[in-house]
Amino acid sequence: MSTITVDPIHQEPLDVRSVSLSRVVEVELRKMFDTRAGFWLMASILIAALISTIATIAFAPESDLTFYTFAKAIGFPMTVILPIIAILAITGEWSQRTGLTTFTLVPHRTRVILAKVIASVIVGVASMLIALVFGVAGNVIGPAITGTDRVWDVSIVHFLDIVLGSLISLLLGTALGILFRSTPVALVAYFVISLMVPTLFGLLSANRPGFEDAQRWVDLNYAQSFLFDGTVAGVQWARLAVATTLWLILPALLGLRLAIRSDVK
Amino acid sequence: MIRIESLSKKYGGRLVVDDVTFAARPGRVTGFLGPNGAGKSTSMRMMVGLTRPLAGHVTIYDRAFSELPNPGREVGVMLDASAQHAGRTGREILTLAQRTMALPTHRVPEMVERVGLTEAAAERRVGTYSLGMRQRLGIAVALIGAPSVLILDEPANGLDPAGIRWMRDLLRAFADEGGTVLLSSHLLHEVEMIADDIVMIGRGRIVSQGPKADLLRTAGTLVRARDTEALERVLRDSGLVTTRTHDGALHTDAEPTVVGLVALESGVALTELRTADGGLEDMFLALTADTPRVGTAA
Repeated sequence: MSTITVDPIHQEPLDVRSVSLSRVVEVELRKMFDTRAGFWLMASILIAALISTIATIAFAPESDLTFYTFAKAIGFPMTVILPIIAILAITGEWSQRTGLTTFTLVPHRTRVILAKVIASVIVGVASMLIALVFGVAGNVIGPAITGTDRVWDVSIVHFLDIVLGSLISLLLGTALGILFRSTPVALVAYFVISLMVPTLFGLLSANRPGFEDAQRWVDLNYAQSFLFDGTVAGVQWARLAVATTLWLILPALLGLRLAIRSDVK
Repeated sequence: MIRIESLSKKYGGRLVVDDVTFAARPGRVTGFLGPNGAGKSTSMRMMVGLTRPLAGHVTIYDRAFSELPNPGREVGVMLDASAQHAGRTGREILTLAQRTMALPTHRVPEMVERVGLTEAAAERRVGTYSLGMRQRLGIAVALIGAPSVLILDEPANGLDPAGIRWMRDLLRAFADEGGTVLLSSHLLHEVEMIADDIVMIGRGRIVSQGPKADLLRTAGTLVRARDTEALERVLRDSGLVTTRTHDGALHTDAEPTVVGLVALESGVALTELRTADGGLEDMFLALTADTPRVGTAA
């Protein structure tokens, strides 16, 4: 500290390339892992997958010990953890105030948020591949222990449907993160939408016969369930499109508009 | 070179930044001085695109901040050293900046050393840092891209006396190389020591600006002699108006050179002769007195 060093100063504007989207994605991916909380959240994907696999082998009835059972057991914690990861990736810039640095190094908020969405999807897809590996391992080891036949009852198309379903959950987290820019509010909103709204819709359609038909179009949980079941077809795709527009795309666009205008303090 | 033109911002119907115009020039340290809540931080946030101005604009070497292709390579910014994820290590925060700006990896250890953080400290999480260490890390993040402009909000906050000295020397060296430094402070003394140019702001409006030497000159001269009466007499005989301060010194609007010459000619031995700091200080105290102190969001 005894000597002061300074870099040469350039008086002319630098002729440098702008910060590319791929570079921002790389940095945003890094930011998802480089804190203790982030690291353990990522680790919890592995841990949850492992526990789900072991629990399925240990507790599932022998007749149910099929690949689909593993897929469901491993997939469920994913729909809880992935949205939390996606929410934190967005809201951290505001709640941890790191946005002061992020948005001055890249003064284009849409680019930063797009990079976060891409980084979250990469993590989501990677997590689903990890889940697949655990599922396959479980379905190889499980029946070997119980001495039953191996049943591979999840097709590639069905697996892709499950990946899409999980990504919708993840992106719902992203959309809510962009909309609220506050970790607790976005988390509460996510669990209200994914756990309480379906119940509410169920009650409404049971008591108001006319609502039942509308529910199928606006209930994201209902629309998603066909992806997880692997039975999505025809009108269900249309319903999925309507429900995701309503719950994902509209909040994300509104949030983006607010995020671009908001003060970063 | 930073040019700020007619910058204004309203919060809740109140103008917190009101038609602010000034320039921070290359080779000089510009001190943005004002009490807490005067609009310094809001102005600085508007300079780097974190807050949308109501009116006015800011250019850095004739370009808006958002037009800079890789802003970190041109402008080093530190607005709040505490605004970092407490769970990241110092090295990691520098690495994120290095990756974003596409800089060579050796810049990270270089900056750690340059700001006087130890290797061990760089490996620790920022949550364990003192405010002074956070300031040093913030300066490292600002400097890593080898920018030609620095925008620093209260950089001396939380630094110990040695740290303040280091900061002063660093900013001096940066400006001497031809860099532009804009720093804010709510402490008159700090700005007086570091800055070449001073921009004083109160209640969102600029109340005074110019080279420090000029601003101080308007304050007149403070002079002491062993024989105050004799000094008073010879100064009056030369047509200078003097007033006695409460601690027995004389204050006059004349330049120190004039006072010194008069004393020499009349053979009065002086014990102290300097520019009075009253003008700037009085103005600053007046600002501080009627500006409500509002928390940390200065």
